[in-house]
Amino acid sequence: MLKVEKIEVRYSGVPVIHDVSFHVNGGELVSIVGANGSGKTTLLKTVAGTLHPAKGSIEFEDEDISTSSTVNIVRKGITYVPEERRIFGPLSVEENLKLGAYIVDDREEIEKNLDYVYSLFPILKARQKQLGETLSGGEQQMLATGRGLMSSPKLLMLDEPSLGLMPKLVDEMLEAVATLKEEGKTILLVEQKVREALEMADRGYVLQTGRTIYKGTGEELLETDIVKKAFLGL
Amino acid sequence: MEMLLSTLVSALLMGMLFALVALGLAIIFGVMNIVNFAHGEFLMVGMYTAFLTATIFSIEPLLTLPIAAMVGFLLGIASYYMLVRYLLKGPMIAQLLGTFGLMIFLRYLAMCIFGPDYKTLEHGLLIGKSIMWGPVVLSYPRLGTAVLSMLGFGIIYWMMDYTRLGKALKATALDVEAAGYMGIDTEKMRGLAWGLGGATVGIAGALLINFYYVFPTIGILFCMIAFATVALGGFGSIKGAFIAGLIMGMIIDLGGTYLGPQYKFALIYLTFFLVVVIRPKGLFGW
Ligand SMILES: Nc1ncnc2c1ncn2[C@@H]1O[C@H](COP(=O)(O)OP(=O)(O)OP(=O)(O)O)[C@@H](O)[C@H]1O
Ligand SMILES: [Mg+2]
Repeated sequence: MLKVEKIEVRYSGVPVIHDVSFHVNGGELVSIVGANGSGKTTLLKTVAGTLHPAKGSIEFEDEDISTSSTVNIVRKGITYVPEERRIFGPLSVEENLKLGAYIVDDREEIEKNLDYVYSLFPILKARQKQLGETLSGGEQQMLATGRGLMSSPKLLMLDEPSLGLMPKLVDEMLEAVATLKEEGKTILLVEQKVREALEMADRGYVLQTGRTIYKGTGEELLETDIVKKAFLGL
Repeated sequence: MEMLLSTLVSALLMGMLFALVALGLAIIFGVMNIVNFAHGEFLMVGMYTAFLTATIFSIEPLLTLPIAAMVGFLLGIASYYMLVRYLLKGPMIAQLLGTFGLMIFLRYLAMCIFGPDYKTLEHGLLIGKSIMWGPVVLSYPRLGTAVLSMLGFGIIYWMMDYTRLGKALKATALDVEAAGYMGIDTEKMRGLAWGLGGATVGIAGALLINFYYVFPTIGILFCMIAFATVALGGFGSIKGAFIAGLIMGMIIDLGGTYLGPQYKFALIYLTFFLVVVIRPKGLFGW
């Protein structure tokens, strides 16, 4: 579904992603793990069209999207739930969610997706009229994730959904991701919770200073030395 | 007492025009955090547009409103796509100087074309008329201006809160990057904000010409008032622009009447200063 080939991404001329390739098949949950600053967010933002690769190509459903704008990429069916959540603070939960469905014209679809998000995160339903900025960190993450689902994306990219949450909420959040996967959604997940992310994943990639150093199924990666030493403290 | 009442009513009516002038500034600032120094010149363009259309075609000045709105809209859009878009890539100082340059350019362009003379419309449905309402003198142009300003405000307010476009503008204003992730074409929204800002101030110009003369440097006067209004109301707040407009109307008219017209501007600057010191985000700022 998504095929990233040998991309290089730069910030003001300085490359931070070198020669990275990965792919996501329909229905898969693929995890990308790596230390702070290894380039995970940069990678997702490049797929989302906020950044563009200087070299290499990105294909989505056999169409080259490496130079497409974010708007067109969202329209093609990829949504990105950013690391900093970036919910619209002065707007209500429901308004935030409806903005997630901005590209959807069909009212019924919007209502259906809204019900779906509320069933996935019941707390959001209880808070629907509350302003985004008054939500707790965990609720904001749920809101950002729910908002990313509102346009019925073909591929959902989640950037560290567990960031800054207390352990109980981390589990809840990751369970929601697992539920999405079971329901057949295609997900590209970036996580610091390496063990959980790889256990859940069909496949994964380990990123280090902007290069993919390992790839394989979740179990395979959990057995590699680098993952054991660097991330699991074994 | 009767004079106070008359002044008060007249000030409130004038305040609604100040509010409409400030509205465009607030929209532009709200959506992209840029202060449009040329805003007063946009008003001047609106006034000349209405003046010329009304005199050349000898039509009722009120009928020039849509034309002034259109011209203002195009001026706003052109400013964004031909200038502001490039300024955004530069440092903060480029943004400040950029619209400042546009202000100078428009002002002296008008000077070249129209000369420094004061021009005023003499005929029109509202011009020069007034009625008595009890002890209060109601000037038709001010009354008409106030009603139409309120209407304009109502339309923009409704648009922002109840339409998809308004939601998209709001989202762009709150967080461009996040708005982009929603699939909102933020570049278009920014252009549109300039278009709307230009259109509303264009309408304000076409209303103002019914009771005020136009000359190439009129912009500075109203620009200062608009800045103070927007600062008072809260940068980017539409509701704030409206309420602050009314307050500014009272400060200027009451101050002008009771302290003497020479203090009008000192009062504007004083208000501006006090707001910045006491409540920098204004009455309704985010
Ligand atoms: N806007 C930017 N300008 C310049 N360099 C940047 C920018 N954003 C990130 N970088 C650099 O690019 C590299 C990759 O950063 P990135 O945010 O993609 O890492 P990450 O894997 O997501 O890290 P984290 O786990 O902390 O979220 C880092 O060295 C970072 O300093
Ligand atoms: Mg990151």
